[in-house]
Amino acid sequence: MSQTFRINEAQKKHLLDSLKKGVRFDGRKLDQHREVSIEYSISKSAEGSARVRIGETEVIAGVKLSIDKPYADSPDEGSLMVDAQLLPLSSPEFELGPPSIEAIELARVVDRGIREAKAIDTKKLCVKEGEKVWIVSIDICTINNAGNLFDASALAAIAALKDARFPEYDGVSIDYKKHSDKKLPLTKIPVAVTVFKAGSTLFIDPSLYEEQVIDARLTVTMMQNGELCALQKGEAKPLSIEEINQMIDLGISKAKELTKHIQK
Amino acid sequence: MTATKTHTLKRADLKKSSTEGLIPMTYDKRMDGRKRFEEMRPISAKVGIIPRAHGSAMFQIGKTIAYAAVYGPRELHPKFMQNPKTGILRCNYSMMPFSGSGERVRPGSNRRAKEISMVTENALAPVLDLTEFPNAVVDVFIELPQTDAGSRCAGICAASMALADAGIPMKGLVAAVSAGRVDDKIVIDLDYNEEAYEHGPVADIPIAMLQHTNEISLLQMDGEISKEQLKQALETAKKSMAQIFEVQTAALKEKYNVKAR
Repeated sequence: MSQTFRINEAQKKHLLDSLKKGVRFDGRKLDQHREVSIEYSISKSAEGSARVRIGETEVIAGVKLSIDKPYADSPDEGSLMVDAQLLPLSSPEFELGPPSIEAIELARVVDRGIREAKAIDTKKLCVKEGEKVWIVSIDICTINNAGNLFDASALAAIAALKDARFPEYDGVSIDYKKHSDKKLPLTKIPVAVTVFKAGSTLFIDPSLYEEQVIDARLTVTMMQNGELCALQKGEAKPLSIEEINQMIDLGISKAKELTKHIQK
Repeated sequence: MTATKTHTLKRADLKKSSTEGLIPMTYDKRMDGRKRFEEMRPISAKVGIIPRAHGSAMFQIGKTIAYAAVYGPRELHPKFMQNPKTGILRCNYSMMPFSGSGERVRPGSNRRAKEISMVTENALAPVLDLTEFPNAVVDVFIELPQTDAGSRCAGICAASMALADAGIPMKGLVAAVSAGRVDDKIVIDLDYNEEAYEHGPVADIPIAMLQHTNEISLLQMDGEISKEQLKQALETAKKSMAQIFEVQTAALKEKYNVKAR
């Protein structure tokens, strides 16, 4: 029965000293994720869905497909929308109400990773140019926040996209009860790894304790070919160019590991 | 959501057919293959699914899945809502955007969710005694990742287990199920297809029952039904809820390693 993980100044100092020595309270290495697992098709109501667990952190993502008019500047392309909800069910710190800045940032970082990787071939989502295109909506819902929602959410989103199947569409309306075998036109698999800096130490996949001593973070989103497609520096402290280079190297090597968890 | 017009029309057809014996337009077999009209869909329950919550549970009935998390007793904000005599219960029912049977549902609250949150609170409050926790709130968050009708009932079943898991003083559990009629049959635990049945009248009645008194703490209905049918539906639902109490109790015992008698 653990709820709040607030730590005091003395504990923070102890935690920072330990991190400096490369020691983590749960015995992990600085560059080691907790156990990662992905479960597919966890919501039959969605066109695609996935549950990602990183240690005790649990996030689910669902994909809904709908037909709408294309944007005027891209009449032959479908579109993508990512939203994230930090559910009050998943943490005592999350509250009901309009999306917090944390939820908005989370959704936008995941969105950018998928959008900029051109993970979905949006031209193939065109049904009739200028009139009808498929809209892909990804919703991320947190179930248990035990730290590192960025990596878990990005992984859940891409896994849900992999799981998605088109519903039947007769040109007039969608029959959400019937799904074809047709998958989404995915061309790239973006995977995000967030590297954190506390004091002078760089590490990944923070616990709730570790999240309280963080100075800065950098979310590195990589495609399976090793190229980067999105970055996001977070928190208030600045980073040196040298640190950024190290963080990117670490992010890329860990993203390669995470990619292996995604079903072929 | 069924059009009443169609119902009255078909009802007239049915009358004619039963006297003349022309079209056997009765609901004689459940669409999802259940053998009996008073049979619920398969149920599973698990307690302690969300480590950060004080208490949590999952309740699944057919394709409807509800998660519930309990936080509290904790200080109630805004302060003017605090009651110095007792703690209060606050429930929030919410469907995940991809959990509906059709299009994406916009996240956040809406009129339907607000009403369900309120009736859920009323369904659960009678088993709680929060006088030990003046000025405090017990928050219950219900989330549905997938639904196939009966979501408010599944939410209440999950919430009741989550409250017990959180160690909130309770007089007993609360179980809930929907009863109703599809055409001339009294049915338990309607799914979407049954709610949308078009060849005869449908009534959907979500019911919650308190374990310690067998009193009803949630009762809603939409559709058309006779007084006799309603009485029969309530009695049938009572037996189903007795089965749900067993599932809930077993799930709680499993988490706390209590051997079943």
